[in-house]
Amino acid sequence: VIAQGTTPVFTASAILPELILVGTGLVGLLYEAFSPRSARLTHLGFVLLGLAAAAYTSTLLWGWDGEAFVLGDTVAVDRFSVMARLILIAIALVGCLFYTSYAGRDPGAYRGEFYPLVMFATTGMTLIAAANDLIVVFLALEILSLSLYVLTGITGRDRPTEASVKYFLAGAFASAFFLYGIAMAYGATTSTKITEIANALAGTTGEKALALLAMALLAVGFAFKVSAAPFHMWTPDAYQGAPTPVTAYMSAATKVAAFFALIRVFDVALQALAWDWTPVIYGLAAVSIVLGSVLAIAQRDVKRMLAYSSVAHAGFILTGLTSPGALGIRSAIFYLIAYSLMTLGAFGVVMLVAARDEDRTSLSDYAGLASTSPLLAALMTVFLLSLAGIPPTVGFVAKVGVFTAAIDAGHWSLALIGVIASVAAAFFYLRVIVTMYMREPEGDRREDAEGWAVPRATAVVLAASTLVLGVFPGLLSAFIEEAAVLRW
Amino acid sequence: LTEHLLSVVVFLPLAGLVLLVAGGRGLRDDAARWLTLLVMLATLGVALVIWRDFDTAAPGYQMVDEAWWVESVGIKYLLGIDGISLWLVLLTAFLFPVSILASWSISTNVRRYLGAMLVLETAVLGSFLALDLLLFFLFFEAILVPMYLLIGGWGGDRRVYAAVKFFLFTMAGSAFLLVATLFLYAQASSLTGQGTFDLRALEAVAGSVPVENARWLFLGFFVAFAVKVPVFPLHTWLPDAHTEAPTAGSVLLAGVLLKVGTYGLIRFNLSLFPEASRYFADLVSILAVIGIIYGAICALIQSDVKRLVAYSSVSHLGFVVLGIFAFTQQAVTGGVLQMVNHGLATGALFLLVGMIYDRTHTRELSEMGGLASVMPWLLGAFLFTVLASVGLPGLNGFVGEFLVIAGTFAVNHWYGSLAAVAVILAAIYLLWSYQRVAFGPGREEHRHLPDLSGRETLVLAPVLALLLVFGVFPSVVTDAIDPAARRVIDRVQPVDQPVDLGPPEGVEVAEP
Repeated sequence: VIAQGTTPVFTASAILPELILVGTGLVGLLYEAFSPRSARLTHLGFVLLGLAAAAYTSTLLWGWDGEAFVLGDTVAVDRFSVMARLILIAIALVGCLFYTSYAGRDPGAYRGEFYPLVMFATTGMTLIAAANDLIVVFLALEILSLSLYVLTGITGRDRPTEASVKYFLAGAFASAFFLYGIAMAYGATTSTKITEIANALAGTTGEKALALLAMALLAVGFAFKVSAAPFHMWTPDAYQGAPTPVTAYMSAATKVAAFFALIRVFDVALQALAWDWTPVIYGLAAVSIVLGSVLAIAQRDVKRMLAYSSVAHAGFILTGLTSPGALGIRSAIFYLIAYSLMTLGAFGVVMLVAARDEDRTSLSDYAGLASTSPLLAALMTVFLLSLAGIPPTVGFVAKVGVFTAAIDAGHWSLALIGVIASVAAAFFYLRVIVTMYMREPEGDRREDAEGWAVPRATAVVLAASTLVLGVFPGLLSAFIEEAAVLRW
Repeated sequence: LTEHLLSVVVFLPLAGLVLLVAGGRGLRDDAARWLTLLVMLATLGVALVIWRDFDTAAPGYQMVDEAWWVESVGIKYLLGIDGISLWLVLLTAFLFPVSILASWSISTNVRRYLGAMLVLETAVLGSFLALDLLLFFLFFEAILVPMYLLIGGWGGDRRVYAAVKFFLFTMAGSAFLLVATLFLYAQASSLTGQGTFDLRALEAVAGSVPVENARWLFLGFFVAFAVKVPVFPLHTWLPDAHTEAPTAGSVLLAGVLLKVGTYGLIRFNLSLFPEASRYFADLVSILAVIGIIYGAICALIQSDVKRLVAYSSVSHLGFVVLGIFAFTQQAVTGGVLQMVNHGLATGALFLLVGMIYDRTHTRELSEMGGLASVMPWLLGAFLFTVLASVGLPGLNGFVGEFLVIAGTFAVNHWYGSLAAVAVILAAIYLLWSYQRVAFGPGREEHRHLPDLSGRETLVLAPVLALLLVFGVFPSVVTDAIDPAARRVIDRVQPVDQPVDLGPPEGVEVAEP
């Protein structure tokens, strides 16, 4: 929907990172079609180059001094989107590193399509964070979702395939809600552009009843994507069923992308309705935190437990967003970075523990890990403590941030719900630590992940970042402050 | 370096951990033990230097170490010391090396054990010195993990249960502390336009916080500290944790960790919410009195000697809370003194119980008896400690209890009298348990148990010496506490002071 009847200028430099990512993916597909199946390291090297180029071009956009909105006002060029790009590219990098070792275990199980699919998913994700038009948001959402459905079932085994189908069905629902929400928003404001919707609603031209309906439908769509309760049903199955590197990638990246889009839609487009949507966000946050924490207690499978915990974390991020404006956005961005670090790390360790046998993800497989593999146990402890929000980890700082934002907006009761649920959550995180440190190993005492040096080193870096950012959160605050400014 | 003395004392143990980790598997167990001991002794040395440089007459915070931590949200790295924290820091720095020496014989996962101890010391010292609320919370929470690992890794049979219970109770309490802290931050930033966690700045604006809010905030802080102290009825984690923890863990739990709770009550509840403190004083005092009597009665009926000592802590800490919430110079000073005394006396009791257990492999009173003739020195030390704990004049327990009871009596006769009853109960359960351990018919298999070894003597001697020194010269401690206590009371009760009952130092301890 191009307004003003002018021909939009194709400002390629503003979406150069996306072009590079798509290009890398397309070349990768061709490469897979014509190359021997065993060339994963070559492919990885190519992907790393592509990611590096995308990251570099993203940083160039940090100092962008051209138009704030390009391509017919459908894409915003701001530091908010640059921040999203950098986070997402970093997550994609970690995901690819994990997968390369994972696939090396069994050459027959290697699927070269992994890398292009991750590139496409990442393109959709970075685009969704930069989109200034609900149609583009929807297109980006579909790009990332379709790639993720395929990634979930990429091994072709039974359980991943089942997970993939479940994820697809739930995702199709979410897309329908989302699309209907867009239609309502158009009905209310005669535009699908985020900035124009904002102006229409702030003025008198907006149709409030339709706008509220649009808000509700969009909220449901986003709630599916960020796995906020009660729209989280697909999460445990998809997370558990997907190959662990894919789980690591999508648990972090989907949340980051969907939350960045949610922030732009709610804090810009629907800003005038803030009084109406904060209770909705409040409700989603409270239900997600409580349900995620409580259901996680009952889990015996570590991947499934982490899936439920990701529901609770979606609730914590929403807690920060109950405060409209910069304070809430800052707290959410920081939480997303923190969450990405710890969830990537935790799933990374899960992958390493299950290095010999992919189904070794139940709690009892962690018994005595501290004596068979002290490094993995120590890393897991750091990630779990961070997920539980215990200082001096980044998870603690992030929680303080979102609670501060919520209390600042007067929602101290939500903060109270959050901290009490954190105690319940501490119980199941602790249970893993208890199992690792205070139980004897069962059966085979062999070290699991001999030689998986790259994912190991990655996990060490993630753990170190978790601790360093926990002690010096100020390292990021200047960047986040700049990124949390949304113009329209 | 001298202006960063407080930072040095807090982070020296952590530096020890870095050395320990850097040593890796190449470091032999014995070397690791020595390294840890030396680091902790160095920490004690720094604490003594702080004591030397401390100006006893000044009521406010001294040696303040201040820097921005996260400037954008007003979080500071802020350490400071006053007469109250001075003695708790000294107590902590003293009890840690003693505990290491006492756990020399631990041989499983030695480096992990020592590492947990070092982290714990940093966390506890940081809690006593932090003057930024968020920094305090950070240290306060950081106590949990190493203590949890100590109980769960090296404790008794039900250690995992006890460790998880300890963790969840304390974390549930601190959940309220976190929300209250953030709420206070929001209040302050709406009052002054400048968000801050700086305790000094918050004290200045605390008077302008609406009464209703201040009371809720008081409760938030109170729950967190009440779990830690523990105040009845939030004490149920304590007997399990103390009983299941390894000896050094019990010593540190009783000796130091519980004091973080009482310290928090003085430092934060009283200073930040004076009106709410007065409003809730009766409620808290009643809970404290219940705790004093209930703890004593529970101690009376225990058959497990370690559990008995654990319940006696509930009772003794009740005295501290009662003293703090009497808001008189005598009672508050007595409360702080009692914190130090209890740390030493109960620490020593746990050490002795641990030594007896190492020999007899039982903690059941009914399975002991007649040990005085087998191990005269060990049981002599036990008697000495029991008498100090009971409050025999001339030993340290007496002065603190006397000050608390006298100071409370001046405000409310009932609380004072009921607390005094508990002193009698304490004499009964402690002396009775001593009798059952020391006298009566001995068991055949206990006939040839060895008496105190050289290392054990080295562990006990300094603690017992301090029990005597602080009993005879309590003014060593109270001189520093008095001005700080005065300052706190002046905040809570600016105008009306009850009649002063003679010299507050309570130096007349010769005979009651």
